[in-house]
Amino acid sequence: MTLTELLRTAGGDPATNAGYRDHPPRMGFFTDTSVCIGCKACEVACKEWNHVPEDGLELTGMSYDNTQGLGADTWRHVAFIEQRKQLGSQEPGVFHDGRNGSTAGGSSQLRWLMASDVCKHCTEAACLDVCPTGSLFRTEFGTVVVQEDICNGCGYCIPACPYGVIDQRKGDGRAWKCTLCYDRLSVGMEPACAQACPTDSIQFGVLDELRQRAAARVGQLRDAGVADARLYGHDPDDGVGGDGAFFLLLDEPEVYGLPPDPVVTTRDLPAMWRHAAIAAASLAAGVAATFLGRRP
Amino acid sequence: MGTSFGRGGATTFQQDLQNSDCIVIEGSNMAECHPVGFQWVMEAKARGATVIHVDPRYTRTSALADVHVPLRAGTDIAFLGGIINYVFEHEKYFREYLVSYTNATTIINDRYLDTEDLDGVFSGLDRENRTYDFHTWQYEGMEVQAASGQRDEQYQDRAGGGGTVRHAARGESHGSGGAAISGDPEHDPEMLHTRCVFQVVKRHFARYTPAVVEEICGVPQDLFLKVCEAVTSNSGRDRTTAFVYAVGWTQHTVGVQYIRTAAILQLLLGNIGRPGGGIMALRGHASIQGSTDIPTLFNLLPGYIPMPHAHEHESLDAFIEADAPDKGYWGNMRAYTVSLLKAWWGASATDENDFCFDYLPRLTGSHSTYETVLAQMDGSCKGYFIVGENPAVGSANARMQRLGMAKLDWLVVRDFSLIESATWWKDGPEIESGELRTEDIPTEVFFFPAAAHTEKNGSFTNTQRMLQWHFMAHEPEGAARSDLWFYYHLGRIIRQKLAGSADPMDRPVLDLTWDYPTEGSIEEPSAEAVLAEINGWDPEGRPLASYQQLKDDGSTSCGCWIYCGVYADGVNQAARRKPWHEQNWVANEWGWAWPANRRILYNRASADPDGKPWSERKALVWWDEEKAEWAGHDIADFSSTKPPGYRPPEGATAEDAISGTDPFVMQPDGKGWLFVPSGLTDGPLPTHYEPQDSPFRNPLYRQQRNPVRQVFKRKENRYHPDPESPGSDVFPYVVTTYRLTEHHTAGGMTRWLPYLSELQPEFFCEVSPELAAERGLEHMGWATVVTARNVIEARVMVTERMTPLTVQGRTVHQIGLPYHWGPNGYSTGDAANELVGLSLDPNVHIQEAKAFTADIRPGRRPRGPGRGALVEEYQRRAGIGEETGMAI
Repeated sequence: MTLTELLRTAGGDPATNAGYRDHPPRMGFFTDTSVCIGCKACEVACKEWNHVPEDGLELTGMSYDNTQGLGADTWRHVAFIEQRKQLGSQEPGVFHDGRNGSTAGGSSQLRWLMASDVCKHCTEAACLDVCPTGSLFRTEFGTVVVQEDICNGCGYCIPACPYGVIDQRKGDGRAWKCTLCYDRLSVGMEPACAQACPTDSIQFGVLDELRQRAAARVGQLRDAGVADARLYGHDPDDGVGGDGAFFLLLDEPEVYGLPPDPVVTTRDLPAMWRHAAIAAASLAAGVAATFLGRRP
Repeated sequence: MGTSFGRGGATTFQQDLQNSDCIVIEGSNMAECHPVGFQWVMEAKARGATVIHVDPRYTRTSALADVHVPLRAGTDIAFLGGIINYVFEHEKYFREYLVSYTNATTIINDRYLDTEDLDGVFSGLDRENRTYDFHTWQYEGMEVQAASGQRDEQYQDRAGGGGTVRHAARGESHGSGGAAISGDPEHDPEMLHTRCVFQVVKRHFARYTPAVVEEICGVPQDLFLKVCEAVTSNSGRDRTTAFVYAVGWTQHTVGVQYIRTAAILQLLLGNIGRPGGGIMALRGHASIQGSTDIPTLFNLLPGYIPMPHAHEHESLDAFIEADAPDKGYWGNMRAYTVSLLKAWWGASATDENDFCFDYLPRLTGSHSTYETVLAQMDGSCKGYFIVGENPAVGSANARMQRLGMAKLDWLVVRDFSLIESATWWKDGPEIESGELRTEDIPTEVFFFPAAAHTEKNGSFTNTQRMLQWHFMAHEPEGAARSDLWFYYHLGRIIRQKLAGSADPMDRPVLDLTWDYPTEGSIEEPSAEAVLAEINGWDPEGRPLASYQQLKDDGSTSCGCWIYCGVYADGVNQAARRKPWHEQNWVANEWGWAWPANRRILYNRASADPDGKPWSERKALVWWDEEKAEWAGHDIADFSSTKPPGYRPPEGATAEDAISGTDPFVMQPDGKGWLFVPSGLTDGPLPTHYEPQDSPFRNPLYRQQRNPVRQVFKRKENRYHPDPESPGSDVFPYVVTTYRLTEHHTAGGMTRWLPYLSELQPEFFCEVSPELAAERGLEHMGWATVVTARNVIEARVMVTERMTPLTVQGRTVHQIGLPYHWGPNGYSTGDAANELVGLSLDPNVHIQEAKAFTADIRPGRRPRGPGRGALVEEYQRRAGIGEETGMAI
């Protein structure tokens, strides 16, 4: 029995759970940030293919990141992080003595992290749970997609996302995010960002295979002395049941602007409703008792 | 590279970098400027290779490298020279390779004097005319003739002509073919003779010790030695190191010699012609290699045949006699030239009229792009075509470019958008400052919208000499047309207007073969018909398969001999699209590369003199004894059936004069040249000279700069004071210009696009926190950057990726300026090239944009007349006059 089959029989496959009976394996992204060169080809390819509008010219001063974050008009975002830390055994050559304006350090420590972020396509997707119109749906590939012709712009999905990915487009009102190029997947093509990525930092494929590849890559990097290498979003036991788009990071998730311990925001809904029901029942009982108590 | 190896193209291809054990990227920001090719560097890294990036700035390339070495801009010869010295000191050279495949054993004549003897200059310097006479650089007892380079310069020597042509020297003509020699040189196989090349080169670089490298480059000795160890331990029989460079090496007053230094090092280490080795020249545009192969350069004809000079009564035979070596493939130059003349003038070109050789224009001196601008300012150049360029932003001293254009009668600009070079007359910086008034400018400006590459058929010749065909996806809209359409129809109309003329001056135009079929509603000429003409035909009109078929009797025609074979069998070989995973890693069936579809040049050197691979791990081509031919993964860059044991008979010429153990088949002696006896204008060996504008004295010699660099005494182009002279502290910082991934060169293709503009929306300068503190610059505030040429403003990016260096005991700060911006478009900013002065490499006339000096201060630059006034104030403070920086 393959891992995929095992997961399916275990009920962990979102497409199966969504009611697809005969469906392709779950597809996803593994973004290996250790080989990202920050070329932003993913950002451009995504916008070109999906007709995502330009969203403003602003020189932010956040290193080479002038995109700032994911949003309605940015479905891939490359973060740039300049740090006074060493990357494995890399020799960066620069020298800042901690005086004259440079940050403390004294040594030649410097690394420049680059990472392309994207919608995580959660196993347990809160955006989908809260969508009242059915605009957000689970595809046969296990991905989560908004249907622009159904979305009514209610905006419930936006606070529901534990990663802050899905967003309302100004002047349009509807919610937009990465579709994992559903139109391309449907005809056997890989998503535009993955195809444009020159160094295979963005890898698209069968999620289970990607997870195996990622585990091997982490091992390889750690063996090479990159002790910080870790996976993010790969674990089916995390707060969102694992991500369909997961990452190899070289530092804590917060450094990249990612939540350290995301939890599906609808996880506690049943319990909340239970508590609410109990509270309502108590209140009703109290009111009833009051009235009953008045009876002569 | 042409003078060292015989051809001016990259010796390898990007995919081969995956086979490298060590990759040194220097003078290139490959991850940012060639991101797609960089995947092969990452592949090598994944296989365990060491990646080293040597660059003034810590860039996206450095971020992925194992070692980043920051060095002072403009000091790479010292750095590489230091590695060469290390190789000699520690005897790390590949002795067998060196003895068999290079000119290390050749004896130099006793009149040669080195920079070590003459305090920084070579023998033969003519101080009056700022040129070298290279006769003293020759091999012992023989005449070496540059088979490329300044060949026609030696016309006087060989054909008894006249005229001064030295200033038009042409390093580019080494594009395919080295230099010529007559006779047989003397050798010392033991390499002990004091005048053998090995000893000469060893002595020349002996002073480039780690301490000197540190003193010049600002690279600490331990870091420098780390690089030396990585490079030498990854070279030899079983391992190879590759060098990757781009315009960070070429844009200097000693640019050609930068590349020469790398060539010497790679020959010493035995890394040329072998998998994972070589020198990968990365070109800056999609078809820059193509634009020298079929040249847009004033001094070349297609296939690196030199453009003839205006010698009196020079016949075709005299031209060939003066230019062509007897030995090596250039021995067939007459066949290449006659076939070219037949392609251009067809039936009109006959044996009786020298195949219309007299129809070719003649050079009267140097007419490089910058000299053309000076000619515009002086009023002798009246008309100008700007196609696919934006000199008002992208060329050095951008203001001079505009002032030149303002003196023209007419100007034609073809581009996608209204670039700065098309609108300077109404909204350029000089209009804003009041220096020029639109109503006073006589220039008639014609703007033609251009078709994009997706709107036309054609080929790109990429950075690794590979032609790849692209097909029209969509007809161009509106009035947009391809360049091919423009020139074809322009020629057609001119010929119509001249028809019937009896003036002999019009014959070269009227006799041209100008009969390309046109296609579609816009009458687009067939690009494939042009490709077929470039490929050429045999006497029966069948497409040729190889340049070895070319004849010198007029029976064959060929528009560019090195491209002969691209249309073999009547099939567009450039359009082949067989992926590498359906063939071997060399992928000879993807596109087509010159020469003869070989992907690694000089690959005979991947086998030992007996024809066996140096090691199994580094096998590429080898002699197959059974089949009696060269076999292997790539197509052998050698006569396919010439055995290793072949020795040329007495009096052999052309390729027959190349022995079975000589891999550098374009060179007259078949050797890789450590020492270049002929073909370079500024010396047979590279020497560290300071850039034109530098804050430091040259610690090696009294000679501060390249003595034969090209400098211009112009008030618009003032230079900075010599270091340690009064006023030199006015411009204390080193500046280097560069590109970002998000934009393309002068921005014509990117600054108008929202998706790219939002990624890098504004011009900025990169400075270290230390420099920011020293000058009071604030992150994301404004800075004003000033040189003696102009003043610009930029947003400030303070980053620890910029590092101060210690040079000659002093701290030096460097400023980084991406050069994409100009005032037009969606994303705008000042042009960094306003600051750059015209000081040129004497071989190829390229500007020194990668290393100069400036001052930086907080705040925005003045508007209106205040802009020029500020520059004048700086000039006054620094005491700058017309002689400043002009010393030889």
